[in-house]
Amino acid sequence: MRYIEPHGHMVSRTTDDYQAMALAGCAAICEPAFWAGFDRKSADGFYDYFCQLTQIEPKRAAKYGLPHYSWLCINPKESEDMALAADVLALIPEFLKAPTVLGIGEIGLNKNTRNEMKLLEQHIALAVQYDQMILVHTPHLEDKRKGTRLIMDCLKANGVVKPERVIIDHVEEHTIHEVLDQGFWAGITLYPESKSTPVRAVDMIESVSAQRVWLNSACDWGHSDPLSVPKAAQEMRRRGHSAAAIDRLVYGNPVKFLSQSPRFKDPAAQA
Amino acid sequence: MSTPQPHPGAPARTREQVADLHFMDARYKLLDLAAFLDRLDRAAGGEDHRVRGLRAALPLLLEKDEGRVARILNLWSDPSVEPIAKADTKAASGVWPGLK
Repeated sequence: MRYIEPHGHMVSRTTDDYQAMALAGCAAICEPAFWAGFDRKSADGFYDYFCQLTQIEPKRAAKYGLPHYSWLCINPKESEDMALAADVLALIPEFLKAPTVLGIGEIGLNKNTRNEMKLLEQHIALAVQYDQMILVHTPHLEDKRKGTRLIMDCLKANGVVKPERVIIDHVEEHTIHEVLDQGFWAGITLYPESKSTPVRAVDMIESVSAQRVWLNSACDWGHSDPLSVPKAAQEMRRRGHSAAAIDRLVYGNPVKFLSQSPRFKDPAAQA
Repeated sequence: MSTPQPHPGAPARTREQVADLHFMDARYKLLDLAAFLDRLDRAAGGEDHRVRGLRAALPLLLEKDEGRVARILNLWSDPSVEPIAKADTKAASGVWPGLK
């Protein structure tokens, strides 16, 4: 089996995880910028983080034969300090020149605040200015439905963003249909407790046209599983899905979306 | 029991096959939930909004139509539509605190 991990926070994972993912069939990893678990105090902290994403992680991944790509932003959890956010946004264009950067992400909302909305609008404008794809984080738990709707309204209000170049991640049963109906891609995040389990994800896959859906582990420093995508593939096999259908979902779909960036190279085409 | 409504993306399967695959998983999760409610009974203090939300969702499990997960998630969701002025925490609790 082969698969793409389109959303993994590898800066917080061990090299053993890279090895386990490679052994499980992972062919490429994409890493959006995220919250470190604490608020960074200066733009210098983000500069170092962006260097880590664009220079260090690709080297770590390459030791296991894995191409590594990244997305850049300041996370909505760090949006209350608008002066800091402005300084970080000013850093991003320089890093967009790196050969493994795919776009702006994971942007979005956390608690659905006014400052989060302002920063979201600024990120979207930056993506439009530099013709970048967008990867969206939707809020957690009880804030998800409201936040998902606010985010989609914001994207549409921009007027220039093409929905097919945006993936709205962390969808669940109460948001996936709205996201797909509005033309966006939908990401199902597989977490042991919050978000979706592999079993529920396969239920969702069976209930929608899965042509614009990907699965990801979003593995990070919290309770998460870097092998959750192959575990979802295993669940599909248990239920009788064909090898072709599984490959289409866990490999073909992410390759299709990500290939909208000329930076992304289909691993199969490189073999 | 409702009339089977197979999804177009799902291989055909019988209810027995679904039970063969997933019954034990559902069984232990239901027992864990029962044990959680027992544990709450043995603890001191009032009931917080998360547990109220969990109890409010239990009747939805017994509804006959498909879509139980979405209905529960919608029940627990913040129903407001405007951005809030400022957050007092970065974390979500799992159930909208205003749920009665």
